[in-house]
Amino acid sequence: MTAVDETTDPTTTTPANTARAHSHGGGIVPDASRAERPTSYDVADFAVPTGREEEWKFSPLREFAPLFEADGAGAVAAVEVDAPAQVEHRTGTREEVGAGRAFVPGDRAAAAGWAATDVAHLLRVPAEAELDAPVLVTVRGQAGRTTAGHLVIEAGHHAKALVVVSHVGSGAHRGNVEVRVGDGADVTVVTLQEWDADAVHAGQHDVRVGRDAHVRHIAVSLGGKAVRLSTNVSYAGPGGDAQALGVYFADAGQHLEHRQFVDHEATSCRSYVEYKGALQGQGAHAVWIGDVLIRAAAEGTETYELNRNLVLTDGARADSVPNLEIETGEIVGAGHASATGRFDDEQLFYLQARGIPAEEARRLVVRGFFAGIVDRIGIPEISQRLMTTIETELAATPLAAASAEEN
Amino acid sequence: MSTLEIRDLHVTVDEADGSTKEILRGVDLTIASGEVHAVMGPNGSGKSTLAYSIAGHPKYTVTGGSVTLDGEDVLAMSVDERARAGMFLAMQYPVEVPGVTVSNFLRTAKTAIDGEAPKLRTWVKDVKQAMDDLKMDPSFAERNVNEHFSGGEKKRHEILQMELLKPKFAILDETDSGLDVDALKVVSEGVNRALANVNPGVLLITHYTRILRYIKPQFVHVFVDGRVAEQGGPELADALEESGYDRFLARA
Repeated sequence: MTAVDETTDPTTTTPANTARAHSHGGGIVPDASRAERPTSYDVADFAVPTGREEEWKFSPLREFAPLFEADGAGAVAAVEVDAPAQVEHRTGTREEVGAGRAFVPGDRAAAAGWAATDVAHLLRVPAEAELDAPVLVTVRGQAGRTTAGHLVIEAGHHAKALVVVSHVGSGAHRGNVEVRVGDGADVTVVTLQEWDADAVHAGQHDVRVGRDAHVRHIAVSLGGKAVRLSTNVSYAGPGGDAQALGVYFADAGQHLEHRQFVDHEATSCRSYVEYKGALQGQGAHAVWIGDVLIRAAAEGTETYELNRNLVLTDGARADSVPNLEIETGEIVGAGHASATGRFDDEQLFYLQARGIPAEEARRLVVRGFFAGIVDRIGIPEISQRLMTTIETELAATPLAAASAEEN
Repeated sequence: MSTLEIRDLHVTVDEADGSTKEILRGVDLTIASGEVHAVMGPNGSGKSTLAYSIAGHPKYTVTGGSVTLDGEDVLAMSVDERARAGMFLAMQYPVEVPGVTVSNFLRTAKTAIDGEAPKLRTWVKDVKQAMDDLKMDPSFAERNVNEHFSGGEKKRHEILQMELLKPKFAILDETDSGLDVDALKVVSEGVNRALANVNPGVLLITHYTRILRYIKPQFVHVFVDGRVAEQGGPELADALEESGYDRFLARA
């Protein structure tokens, strides 16, 4: 009867000496290791997905089909950049902007996007520069067209920057983003998917974390017909700290997919992944894949990943797959948690028992559910705008979904 | 002056195995403003069911009888309508609401109950005073509702709401459970302040008599097997202190 895919793991934090007992994630990934999945700049190295592949089995291939086409240079999406003066913004061929130093396409869509990008963008924050304003990038898709883009965000050592990449408009878009963070730098990259309702988007974000650097990647997916975002984190040296955070709200017929792969090879690095989503309406589909690999050399690693889904109505489906591979026992900690559930009737009862009407109680609960991540974006106007969008989407939910007020 | 009347209340709950179990079997209670009624009884006698049924928890089904507040049918109201009509339930196990701060929650509740937002300046002052009285640190206001609260903090937070929302009738469900003596005194003082300032009727549900040393009931009802088995004045609580529930259980 229920369309809810429910996986609930107890919160686990694995002490170093028992880490092996927790490894290899129950064979969720058929490759011997996540590390063995192919990457290539050549689109011919990736067959057009059939849906039987592990990494495509959750995706609506009919929607994504235009993104797999590899017929030469396509149109690049319109990109607007609003950046403080310290930031160098350059456009050119992939070679001219130095694309690919920390980016290799990991699937057909990313490789096709790579091939189609004849004009790429570079945003360079000089070493030790601390930006006093965010860098705002707007990527505008065009109705009826398949576009591509490659954006390199490079922060020099000890630089401090906040970059917001906002995706709007329509059409089908392949967006590759390459984030290179220098030693000791502190960088936040926010990617907002506020597409029109008919847009299709596949994006690969490769994030290279320098020695002792702090990186925060925040994905917010609210719009679009089908969005699939793959975020890959790797470390160039020891002591790096990466957070991959995300929120999404899937409506009827909407597919929102977020995949992360955190590859721990350097020592003493930390990673923290937290994605939270709400789903409502017939055919709303959210997918979260959290792959974390702690290689044998990555001693002193500390990692935790978490996905929570709030299913607001019947007919919505959330797939949530954490996968933790641990090849050394000499780590600080590793754990994951995944939970998919409905509105907590007890929470609603508590709020209603204080006089708060059902509708407002639901809004409070949902706002609270997302606030922990949305408030970390660092730009209050954007956080506020996103919360308003979320509340507008929530208001479209028929109240029958909540049971606390039925009595 | 308000009156809460419970007449021949029958309540069932659906068990996990699909069967239905009757928990309340004809409860009669009348509470007027300013009165404190202690409902005492052994575990499983239906005390908490009484509290949650009056508040409208969806888990319980009323199969007979009535609950009226000044003649208004409480059972016909939704949960939030009951609260806005003046009912308040201090829960035994208050629920965590992640991401919602105490301060936002209190203001939202107050606005809902009063039908208009409280005047900002007096409201901030009232909240601060009430928290101070309950020996709650000011930082409490910025914490998420009940999240990582200790048992004592949860109960103070419940009574804080009772003081600020000013209900006509308050049901306190085992508010003493899990409290050490110091916290019990602080929480009891809060209830007594609310009694003095707002004059609500109070239904004090408890298993033990110790909270009755600090909150003095005029009426004591002994609850056994889903109904009131005996009622009297404060002396009945003293008798229970001496002999426990055994004689009631034996008779039932």
